[in-house]
Amino acid sequence: MRTRPLIAFLAVVALVGLLGYGLLSKGSTGVSVGEVAPAGPLPRLFGPGSGSLAEYRGRWVLVNFWASWCIPCRQEAPALESFQRRYASPSFTVLGIDTRDLSGDGQRFVHQYGLSYPQLRDGDGQRAHEFGSTGVPENFLIDPQGKLSLANKGPVTAAYLKHYVAPLLAGGRS
Amino acid sequence: MKTLVAGVAVALAAMPALSSAAQPKVSLNDIEGEVMCPICGTLLELADSPQAEREKAFVVGLIAKGRTRAQIKDALVAQYGPEVLALPTASGFDLSAYLVPLIGFALAASALAIGVLRWRQRGGPPGPGLPGPRGPSAEDAERLAADLARYDL
Repeated sequence: MRTRPLIAFLAVVALVGLLGYGLLSKGSTGVSVGEVAPAGPLPRLFGPGSGSLAEYRGRWVLVNFWASWCIPCRQEAPALESFQRRYASPSFTVLGIDTRDLSGDGQRFVHQYGLSYPQLRDGDGQRAHEFGSTGVPENFLIDPQGKLSLANKGPVTAAYLKHYVAPLLAGGRS
Repeated sequence: MKTLVAGVAVALAAMPALSSAAQPKVSLNDIEGEVMCPICGTLLELADSPQAEREKAFVVGLIAKGRTRAQIKDALVAQYGPEVLALPTASGFDLSAYLVPLIGFALAASALAIGVLRWRQRGGPPGPGLPGPRGPSAEDAERLAADLARYDL
């Protein structure tokens, strides 16, 4: 009876294949410095329709993943807004992405902190996952070619923005 | 005429009550055992983080608005995506959550059937009838006869 070991072998191979597929399909992703950042459409936090990072091609974009329930996000929001007011131009903007959050809570957060930069929604956290984000807040500076130039896990401060982000914008280099 | 008008008025007044009676009321307990706290990675009923509390408040708000269980789940999916549902979706890799138990059951049933068939075949063809009780061996019969002879009943 050689069929029995063959069937057992095939069953084990199928099981391992299934587990492998599961791990690959749900495994970690991420974008490294110099790689093109994910730029697919996302719903807008305010109003209907969608927006995307691709709309800002040709500009520097500081992508800020945040959530209303995130305490450090509250601490960095004023610094980001201040930076946006100072540096917003046809060649730069901050782009907020409210992730894994209730849209109503996110909208209240934006009003509360008077955030003027554009906001998108990433309800299931998939976009944050594609960026390789493991929490909030996280910030990614995208160059005019759409490539990741700088990544910061955790909240940014006014000092960080001044010393690490502003020089890149001024230099225009990627 | 007055009676007719009064009857129509009563019927109209009763309609909302009837419609609400037709829709079984859903509670937070009903929902939180069927959805996830996506940030915590656990069932909502097991989570007590600030994020989970906001999600529960969202559900309570929808219950207060008279939304049904399905409408509440749809609203949660719109907020957090399909992963908020505790049950896996019937597509992609998640489909295996449904297929693997079915395939396992089919394999187990097949193995059982094959085993029973082989067991029956190994037993050989069935005889003409059930074998009767075997009698004592010659030695035992001889000893029995000797014992009985000793007792004069």
